[in-house]
Amino acid sequence: MLRDALVLSLGYNATLVTLGAAILGCSAGIAGSFLYLRKNALISDAISHATLPGLGLAFMLASSLGFDGRSLIVLLVGAGFSAALGLMAVSWLTHMTRLEKDAAIGAVLSVFFGFGVVVLTIVQNNPSGSQAGLEGFLLGSTAGMLLNESFLILLTSLVAFALLVIFYRPITLVSFDEGYARSIGISVRLVDYLILAVALVVTVIGMKIVGLILIVALLIIPSVSARFWSDKAHRIVILSGIFGALSGYVGSAVSAVSLGLPTGPIIVLCSTAVFVVSFLFAPRRGILSSMIKSLRFEQTLHLAQGLLAIAQEQPIYEAKTLRILKRKGYLRRDSVPTQLGYARAQKTLLNERRWAYWINHHNGTQGPHTHQISTLIDIEQKLTPDQISLIDQGLANAQEGRLA
Amino acid sequence: MINDFIAFSLPPILIASFAALACALPGNFLILRKQALIGDAISHVVLPGIVLAFLVSGSISTVPMLLGAAAASLVAVVLIEVIKYFGRIEAGAAMGVVFTSMFALGVLILEQSETRNVHLDVEHVLFGNLESLIWLEADGWASLFTVSDLALLPPELFRMIGVFLVVALFILAFWRPLVLMTFDEYYARTLGIPTFLYGLALVVVTALAAVSAFDAVGSIIVIAMILCPPAAARLMTNSLVAQVWISMGIALASSVIGYIAAGHMPLWIGLSYTVSAAGMIATISGIFLGFAALFGQHRSRVT
Repeated sequence: MLRDALVLSLGYNATLVTLGAAILGCSAGIAGSFLYLRKNALISDAISHATLPGLGLAFMLASSLGFDGRSLIVLLVGAGFSAALGLMAVSWLTHMTRLEKDAAIGAVLSVFFGFGVVVLTIVQNNPSGSQAGLEGFLLGSTAGMLLNESFLILLTSLVAFALLVIFYRPITLVSFDEGYARSIGISVRLVDYLILAVALVVTVIGMKIVGLILIVALLIIPSVSARFWSDKAHRIVILSGIFGALSGYVGSAVSAVSLGLPTGPIIVLCSTAVFVVSFLFAPRRGILSSMIKSLRFEQTLHLAQGLLAIAQEQPIYEAKTLRILKRKGYLRRDSVPTQLGYARAQKTLLNERRWAYWINHHNGTQGPHTHQISTLIDIEQKLTPDQISLIDQGLANAQEGRLA
Repeated sequence: MINDFIAFSLPPILIASFAALACALPGNFLILRKQALIGDAISHVVLPGIVLAFLVSGSISTVPMLLGAAAASLVAVVLIEVIKYFGRIEAGAAMGVVFTSMFALGVLILEQSETRNVHLDVEHVLFGNLESLIWLEADGWASLFTVSDLALLPPELFRMIGVFLVVALFILAFWRPLVLMTFDEYYARTLGIPTFLYGLALVVVTALAAVSAFDAVGSIIVIAMILCPPAAARLMTNSLVAQVWISMGIALASSVIGYIAAGHMPLWIGLSYTVSAAGMIATISGIFLGFAALFGQHRSRVT
């Protein structure tokens, strides 16, 4: 069954939903990564909560004008309008008053959502509205979705995706280097609006599938996951899109075959799974690799300190240092240095003295940075042979001077 | 008329008011410390805790639910810190990852278990059940002075009063260090104030207020009350003392006006139903904030 869903052979409607969720996830991932790079990730929370009053008001307005208030397109347009109002309110509060952005976001999302709930209770108490099914938008529901609704979602996700592709260059420029983008005449304001507009479109169509409370997840989690895999912004954007698409695709396929599982939470938890894997296992920035790196660093440090102690014939008390030196074969089991140990110790001491001389006398830019430890850096790898022999000469002169 | 008011409206108004006050008090510091969205995060993460507590205890009584919610908040705080510290991810994004994931988990467990048939559902957590907190035993004004009748008030009321007192005592007792570290954390540290501990305590107190308020009034009021009254007050004064008092006034006014606007006004204008009180209280606090942003004495950013 799951394979059927994954290869899209589970019926026309389910296929459309799965494709729609994948494209939605991709657009959300990309738009979200731009929000993340602009340090604006939580604005999506305000957008999504602010859709609620629009949903209810659109339903009431359409019904009172004699249209079918349940029509998805009517509801989504209404939701889009009120989300846009919410965005304007956030921007007004941040720019016109001294409130911080997070306070503005929180205030707008709670007030709009609260007002939305008031509108919902009015809708529910009207005879025409009791079957409106607006609560379905809180957590999303793909069950019983009409064919033309799936088409609408697919189409709109494609539009959002197309917008991101068309304006990829200006958006990425602004996201990575605002100053440079400004200097070549790109309007940062307009690009910011564009990013928010795409995020808004994604949120509004995502409401039907994932629900308005959880759509935030698709805008935030893929981009944070992508951050672990790369330091390059281009890759973050593309990876984030891939992660989002994967979550939407797998999540909706899983919930299509198992009736009890709600689509929205499953899609979100798929993206959470991607995040957990990234957090733990991503090379370089993942937890595991950081841990290995810090363990290795600790070992090197113990080794260097131990070798220096051997060279200067100082006793070593630290058990860990002794263990590492023995394992490397620099110490015998009774803690007497071996031949190899003496040789390495001399080398480490020389390295240390050369660096000390270089830093004192030449103040070279090639020296270790302040947060690095000179003992751990091989000077012969960093400086030219000429510089080394200069240092050695200096060291020898200093030695003579001290003897004289 | 009066009897009905005391039986059906007075308890929810009082509960909402104390919940609002308990949330607005720490909110004054949170909005200045750029931690405004903590209420939002807490309100999402408690869902799995509440649901699991229900599954374990098998009842919808208050104590297990509060414990579950508290445990979930704790898990969330730890997760956010771990992601921030080990993943080197900025606070907002780390929070976004954790609260959406935990909320999704909560919804999933809820939908998978039998709990969906009980009154525990997502909407309950979001909107609360303010309207159902009534005092049927009340019999006019006399009940307010009768101990045996007072004992039958909804237990949520006593809980919210207690929580409000705890929060207020915390703020009063630690006023000076809280103020110092809010405005100048480094200076506070040079004075030997353990700013990290106070910061943590502030979050814990906020969580206490939020978690105990959820059950009664829903998370919308919690988020709105942590933010809107203090934000509105901040636009009206430069003094923190004045800000705290104004914010409490606004919290109180929002609760009373909001409840009456939701529970009575629709009937006055001839409708046959009432609307969500929790939603209306949040809306009214938003209107206060809107006016403060338009006309507040100190609304503009000093540059």
